[in-house]
Amino acid sequence: MASVSELTGLSLVAAREGLRRRDFSARELTAAHLAGIEALNPRLNAYITVTPDLALKQAEAADAAIAAGTAGPLAGLPLAIKDLFCTEGVRTTAASRILEPFVPPYESTVTANLLRDGAVFLGKANLDEFAMGSSNMTSAYGPVENPWKRQDDPSAVLVPGGSSGGSAAAVAAGLALGATATDTGGSIRQPAAFCGIAGIKPTYGRCSRWGIVAFASSLDQAGPVARTVEDCAVLLGSMAGFDPKDSTSVDRPVPDYLAACRRGVRGLRIGVPREYHAEGLPAEIEALWRKGLAWLRQEGAEIVDVSLPHTKYGLATYYIVAPAECSSNLARYDGVRFGLREEGHDLNDLYERSRAAGFGAEVKRRILIGTYVLSHGYYDAYYLKAQKVRALILRDFTDAFTQVDALLTPTAPSAAFAQGENMDDPVKMYLNDVFTVPASMAGIPGLSVPAGLDSHGLPLGLQVLGRPFDEETVFAVGGVLERAARFTHKPALYAGETA
Amino acid sequence: MSYTIEGDTGPWEVVIGLEVHAQVISNAKLFSGAATAFGAEPNTQVSFVDAAFPGMLPVLNRECVAQAVRTGLGLNAHINLVSRFDRKNYFYADLPSGYQISQYEHPIVGAGTIEIELADGSTRQIGVTRLHLEQDAGKSLHDQSPTQSYIDLNRAGVALMEIVSEPDMRSPEEAGAYLRKLRTILRYLGTCDGNMEEGSMRADVNVSVRKHGEPFRTRCEVKNVNSIRFVMQAIEAEAKRQIIVWEAGETVDQETRLFDSARGETRSMRSKENAHDYRYFPDPDLLPLVLDEAWVEGLKAELPELPDAKKARFMQEYGLPAYDAGVLVMEQATADFYETVARGRDPKLAANWVMGDLFAALNRTSRTIADSPVSAASLGRLLDLMADDTINGRIAKEVFEAMVETGEDPAAIVDRKGLRQVTDTGAIDAAVDQVLAANPDKLAEFRGGKDKLFGFFVGQVMKAMAGKGNPALVNEALKRKLAG
Repeated sequence: MASVSELTGLSLVAAREGLRRRDFSARELTAAHLAGIEALNPRLNAYITVTPDLALKQAEAADAAIAAGTAGPLAGLPLAIKDLFCTEGVRTTAASRILEPFVPPYESTVTANLLRDGAVFLGKANLDEFAMGSSNMTSAYGPVENPWKRQDDPSAVLVPGGSSGGSAAAVAAGLALGATATDTGGSIRQPAAFCGIAGIKPTYGRCSRWGIVAFASSLDQAGPVARTVEDCAVLLGSMAGFDPKDSTSVDRPVPDYLAACRRGVRGLRIGVPREYHAEGLPAEIEALWRKGLAWLRQEGAEIVDVSLPHTKYGLATYYIVAPAECSSNLARYDGVRFGLREEGHDLNDLYERSRAAGFGAEVKRRILIGTYVLSHGYYDAYYLKAQKVRALILRDFTDAFTQVDALLTPTAPSAAFAQGENMDDPVKMYLNDVFTVPASMAGIPGLSVPAGLDSHGLPLGLQVLGRPFDEETVFAVGGVLERAARFTHKPALYAGETA
Repeated sequence: MSYTIEGDTGPWEVVIGLEVHAQVISNAKLFSGAATAFGAEPNTQVSFVDAAFPGMLPVLNRECVAQAVRTGLGLNAHINLVSRFDRKNYFYADLPSGYQISQYEHPIVGAGTIEIELADGSTRQIGVTRLHLEQDAGKSLHDQSPTQSYIDLNRAGVALMEIVSEPDMRSPEEAGAYLRKLRTILRYLGTCDGNMEEGSMRADVNVSVRKHGEPFRTRCEVKNVNSIRFVMQAIEAEAKRQIIVWEAGETVDQETRLFDSARGETRSMRSKENAHDYRYFPDPDLLPLVLDEAWVEGLKAELPELPDAKKARFMQEYGLPAYDAGVLVMEQATADFYETVARGRDPKLAANWVMGDLFAALNRTSRTIADSPVSAASLGRLLDLMADDTINGRIAKEVFEAMVETGEDPAAIVDRKGLRQVTDTGAIDAAVDQVLAANPDKLAEFRGGKDKLFGFFVGQVMKAMAGKGNPALVNEALKRKLAG
């Protein structure tokens, strides 16, 4: 029988092959991951809720399906589910106190798709509260520790990024083969980069939002994180698809993303947006970016300079639109029908006490900002103006994609920082999203690929952006980068290995 | 003469605009699949969407959209092929999501008109500003417990059409006529049952007063008035209140008020506490609503004949006076009933019977035209019995009353009761002879020039024949014999 680390070290695609060849059973694969979680999760805090019994039952069902020849494409593959996806009968907190007692009576469309294809759910992954944050520090269930360590300062506890920090840390540390995540302004791509794994935010409308706790409806989009680009392709293939229950979901066939990963980039034109050469961008990130472009050129792509002139407004615009929508979306957490209730002497008092006790500081800050920008007399100056700028940001990308097939940029302006850093100033924290936010505003797909290590031995990611619903080209570029980068580094903390 | 209210400073004109919330007839709610039937047990028609559970998303019900478009077409209004849903944000326990999905800036229906008819027979065009779709809220029950309020979400999310008029009305009578006409149109279209008692049609009344020729003064909105009679009372009460305020040298504050029907007065809803900032913005869960022009045309082609058109046709086709036609088209069922009776018969006679004897019988038996004890077909057969001289008009009244009581076919009643009219000239002549013989003094007077006695003789002959004599033959026989 294989050791824990042998099983948890497999890519999702390799594990799928192993299951098909009966090298090991789904039960063994799941048990190895549960053992890893038991050993490491108390430290990493990547999971808010672990569901070992359910996972083993699902694994046994997968083994039976494999034996019967009826196995779905994800049969027996253990995943972590970001605790923003409602899971029937399994508590769903959104990392907020206000949903602490909430057990959904329904299954989100994306997780239902994964279950349909045979996936095993290990538990619910930690995140920033209501997916609002870039460090996983805002979770009401405690921060997540990044399994990576600075070589020169191994005692520093680093953040995994956010908001999908638990998902990324779990996958990076071998506590899941892959995970669901959501991205509103970078919440898939930035934690993937910080944790040395791959993650894709598909086109807005590609995955159903039904059953995902809403943060900012016009931006929220589900996607996978996994250790390889191909693993992401397999997972996205299951997660994606039209859902009549989500009016913003798009009715288009789901292509073979895995095949796209192996297409190559010969003949493609890859754009380098000049505005992403941000002031203060660390030299080693600039260098990695140049290296990425060189890899693509070597494989036959043509590199083209492009301009996205409204990039500089992306972050400011995002921090109007997203809080505005969140202030409205979070009004339903009022202590009346579900979740936390703090009794009050009248209805308003009940609202005030429940929401004061239930929401953390960052969520309150964004509700306040959002309420302000939608207020009478400010709407035109803030929200309406922001929507106009958003249209210009999208036009920048549309124009660029008349010249190029994809764009390459860094994913984040830094490697993972330590817990406590960037905490003094919310705006400093928001700057983490500077490279990821424009694609969210435009609704286009973005993939982060682990491409190298910085001087402290921490992973850095490169971001591939593509045309709406052209995830295939994004995967093609990502596949080439992944093969060229040969990123096989492991974090300091890994399932089955002594820390 | 136009309506005014006399104040200490002279006559005041009243300016009225109405916002009507009409519940859309549909099987499911505006954005969820939950049912909409009235009177169900509390909280039995609630989906997770209606209760605003985490991650739930609205999906627009196309049938509600079709109903709004039909209504817009019925109001001769402009249909906006592109409209949008916005969120109106406020906290209340019967509003689970904390926002109502409505159409704020871009409604589905634009400007239209409603023609109203007044008691003096005159008509006026009242402008419709817009019609938009929105969700209803749930219901708060404050009388179930001394310390707590109960919430029933059955109504939460049900589709409403908000139909906003221009401030075109100038009297309570016009407002009443507007509401009745709107209700008639909605019922014809089958888009709202117009039932104000069940709350499926509610009115907010905007009232202001002014001196003749002035621009508009400040208006107040009287919320949620639930009958046409109360709307008319509320307008008068509110107008009088405003006149007193103005004439005292004070100013009317723009505010929301409630009508207390027991006291016949309006009361402020404490405007400061209710000064909401609704923070409207486009609902990001829903795409703009884009209608296909051909689809709209298809709905237009399927519209039923509407009351104005039907009235004109009744006047033209059946030669009815405007008043009769107006009464008959007020309800679709009445109009249909009338047409069944009138088809192939004397249309004016049919109108008289429907509006006269039938309406009286319905009133007396507390029935509606839909469950009338006399069917249109059998009323028609009664008219036929008169037309072919089987019975005369007097007997017909008697037969009709029997029909109301038993529901029997008129011919059967005539046979059973032996009411067939007598056309045997021998029998008539005999009856005439008998009457003349019994009244020699009257006969002498008649022959002496007192022509008016002819009617007396007709009455006596009919009495002698138990009412069954054919009136024309009786007349003829009498004339002949009197001339004798």
